[in-house]
Amino acid sequence: MNAKILAPEEHFIEKEPYYEAVGDEIAIFHAAHAHRLPILLKGPTGCGKTRFMEHMAWRLRRPLITVSCHDDLTASDLVGRYLVKGGETVWMDGPLTRAVRVGGICYLDEIVEARKDTMVVIHPLADDRRTLPMEKLGQLLEATADFCLAISYNPGYQSVLKDLKQSTRQRFVALEFDYPAPDLEARIVAAESGVDAELAARLVRFAQTTRNLKGAGLEEGASTRLLVHAGKLISGGIAPVLACRSAVAQAITDDADMLAAIQELSSSLF
Amino acid sequence: MNAEEITLLLEGLLEADFSFRKVGPTAIKLAQLTQSDQDFLLDWVKRIASTNLEVSWQFARRAPALIGSMDRRLMEAWAVGACDTYDQKGLRPALQVLEEADHYGERRLEMTAGVLFEDLAGVLGNFVCGLSGRRLRVEQGESLYTDTERILLPGVIARFPVVADNFKLAKVAVTLLWAQTRFGTFHADLARACADFPDPQRALKQLHGLETLRLCARIARDFPGLHRDMERLRALLGEGLPAGWEAVAQRLAQPDADLEDSLHLLGDAVHLPEFTPWCYQGELKPDAVAAVAAARQEKEKARLRVKLADLMQDHVRRPPDQPLGEDRDAPEFAAEVDDEGGRLDMEITLDGAPIAPPDDVKALFSSIYLDFGEIPPEYLVPAGEGEYDPSLLFDQSADPDSVWQGSYHEEGASFYPEWDMGREHYRKNWCVMREKDVPPVHDGFYRETLEKHAGLVKQLRRSFEAMRDENRLLKRQVDGDEVDIDALVEALADAKDGREMSDRLFVRQHRSERNIAVAFMVDMSGSTRGWINEAEREALILLCEALERLGDRYAIYGFSGITRKRCELFRIKTFAEPYSEEVKARISGIRAQEYTRMGFAIRHLSKLLNEVDAATRILITLSDGRPDDYFDAYRGQYGIEDTRMALLEARRSGVHPFCITIDREARDYLPHMYGAARYTILDDVRQLPFKVSDIYRRLTR
Repeated sequence: MNAKILAPEEHFIEKEPYYEAVGDEIAIFHAAHAHRLPILLKGPTGCGKTRFMEHMAWRLRRPLITVSCHDDLTASDLVGRYLVKGGETVWMDGPLTRAVRVGGICYLDEIVEARKDTMVVIHPLADDRRTLPMEKLGQLLEATADFCLAISYNPGYQSVLKDLKQSTRQRFVALEFDYPAPDLEARIVAAESGVDAELAARLVRFAQTTRNLKGAGLEEGASTRLLVHAGKLISGGIAPVLACRSAVAQAITDDADMLAAIQELSSSLF
Repeated sequence: MNAEEITLLLEGLLEADFSFRKVGPTAIKLAQLTQSDQDFLLDWVKRIASTNLEVSWQFARRAPALIGSMDRRLMEAWAVGACDTYDQKGLRPALQVLEEADHYGERRLEMTAGVLFEDLAGVLGNFVCGLSGRRLRVEQGESLYTDTERILLPGVIARFPVVADNFKLAKVAVTLLWAQTRFGTFHADLARACADFPDPQRALKQLHGLETLRLCARIARDFPGLHRDMERLRALLGEGLPAGWEAVAQRLAQPDADLEDSLHLLGDAVHLPEFTPWCYQGELKPDAVAAVAAARQEKEKARLRVKLADLMQDHVRRPPDQPLGEDRDAPEFAAEVDDEGGRLDMEITLDGAPIAPPDDVKALFSSIYLDFGEIPPEYLVPAGEGEYDPSLLFDQSADPDSVWQGSYHEEGASFYPEWDMGREHYRKNWCVMREKDVPPVHDGFYRETLEKHAGLVKQLRRSFEAMRDENRLLKRQVDGDEVDIDALVEALADAKDGREMSDRLFVRQHRSERNIAVAFMVDMSGSTRGWINEAEREALILLCEALERLGDRYAIYGFSGITRKRCELFRIKTFAEPYSEEVKARISGIRAQEYTRMGFAIRHLSKLLNEVDAATRILITLSDGRPDDYFDAYRGQYGIEDTRMALLEARRSGVHPFCITIDREARDYLPHMYGAARYTILDDVRQLPFKVSDIYRRLTR
């Protein structure tokens, strides 16, 4: 079977992505979108930010174009650039431009990783102008009502050098994400991985013990995503302690003492 | 080896000629062992002999009889333990450690399957942090108990013939002690609760039994895996519930059971048969708890109230004309504790509106909650201006000089190990290290130096400025932001000619950020007095001028000391400090001090460097000679080996060490310490100011 080939702007999410609302985030997103306000998602890794975006894209029936930002991401990577084709130069839209053209949702994941000059290109899109200047083309692209800009940002572990600038952050409606409350998290783990409620609750307890270790040798505790991974392994017939080791402990640390300690924690709980 | 050869060897090692040690019988015993055992033991005899001959001799006498049945791992621990004891307490206690092996019959388990505290501490320290609540430290002590801030474990845990079981035992014991602090065993004054009984000692034992039952039930609910281990360990030893305790146990296994229930049941329990402690039960020490709890509670109350006052400032917007504390209805804090599902969370509200407290405030809240089972209302009153003495609010570090003049020299110091080359092992907590300030001298030194080296300064600034890695346009790239028109034209011409067309047709903006942190470790030993000191200070001024241009983060520390008890690092500039007048005055104030013990300084500065967030970390030593100390083994090879080990540790932790020295004999030892190409030797002191910056430039280019 061949993988499907889709242009990003044609990628509509057909099936409802599973998402459990933690608070009022869905209502706030709807309201912000209706009033054409850009959105900032804050929260630790693996707590459901990207899933939330997929869910909202499905609800709003707009294509979702995700860009994972990295430290070499330039403004041209977002807006577009000239390429050389058969001796001619041809303009090629970047993902942000594509999203503006079709009125989709552009989601810039981990925005602080991008270079500082890159962040500035989203400024005119993120305020009431809602335009994208394309200097190299000499054009100004005006966004339609459907277009939506969302960025995500993890305030937890990034260094101070990579903080989000006030001029950027003060353009957004912020939604704060955290790991869900234990009951809800257990429900999510159960629904996503197929383990029973009892085991899901144990996994959440285990995650809590690793989150207690944050700052005491761990940069970050186990995320909901890792719990789902562990749950899937368990559903696949792997013993819980082993699943926690492979899916969680090894994923969050390389330190031998810390691995052993996490192993002891999981073997205490299962 | 045969007995004669061993006799000769032992006589040499133990200096038998000058003592009354009769090595013959021991040599005969050794000769009967396998080659591998012989080598192992003789190696240790040699290593211990470098510490003390008598300790080594006593080891040699006993070891041949033990090697057959004692695990090598434990034998090493035994030998190192004796050396450590010798380091810390002297000869007599060290010999006692060795004599313990005479009771081998009784202590066979310890000698074969015991787990050592050192092997446990790392894992269980993290383990107990992962459990919720106050962060407890795992430390070595005489017996197994907790004082609500630390969990103390004995040096060796050995109840079972299998190492893994002993480890499980330690883990279960640590969890149970954690549960005591977490689930409120110390909410009441246990000593007073038992005082009214005719035999308070026995009452306390029974109460400990009740609490053990209650907490074990709690652990069984929360940690099924651990519960299985507990059951198995007790089954192995045949430990069960004493007769008559069933009803009590059942009551305490209820999910809502708390300390009140245990105290309530104590009246009945004193008439029951005595509760024989379970293997993982440890001891209950109300006096140890009381000693730390009182001080902690006072401190935490003060800290919390001050923090709340800060929080209130942030959250309540007062009209500016209304002074603090005069409003009729002052805002009120309320705290609700969410203690479920293994997590301890606080909901803090200010006049009903939830606020998100910072992590340190949360930690204070949970610690207070663990002490009282609630947040007492008087803790929630924000502190008034100046209500508390700052000494309560901040951990005090004692003034190094006054500590030295006092009788207890180790107060408030950091300890660093030192590598003993003879023993091939670390001397633990050997160096007593303190950070001190260099007294600033506000004179014209800074200005004079700049004037004296005016030309050089200009040149340095220019060359360092050039190193700032600024944006560059990279041409002819495979990928980039824009088309490189020159390259494209060329490529098209090539194509027309029928040649291969290049694919490097783009320009790209290159930006790389220099992300370097560097610590300079400056020799302040007595031998630098005079010329060298002056050259060092000039070099530092020039270096700072250059580094300021470059924007690298840097710190400067001077090191000196006299004996291991007084190792001193002088702060000249910390990483966080800007290059201020004060720093300049401190550079000017650098004076020659005492000796050159180096290991501790390297260890401490690598630690500081590793706390800085940087891609590259460099440690540069400016020195005038080999490591040395006052009438101490540090002189000579020992010091070189310790320094080398410290540098290896630094390198392993990701720090790049480099040495600049003016000792012309340094070629004999520097390559061994730093490795080839990791040092520079200057022939003339006067070169120092010129060279240091230059070397730094080359290093980080």
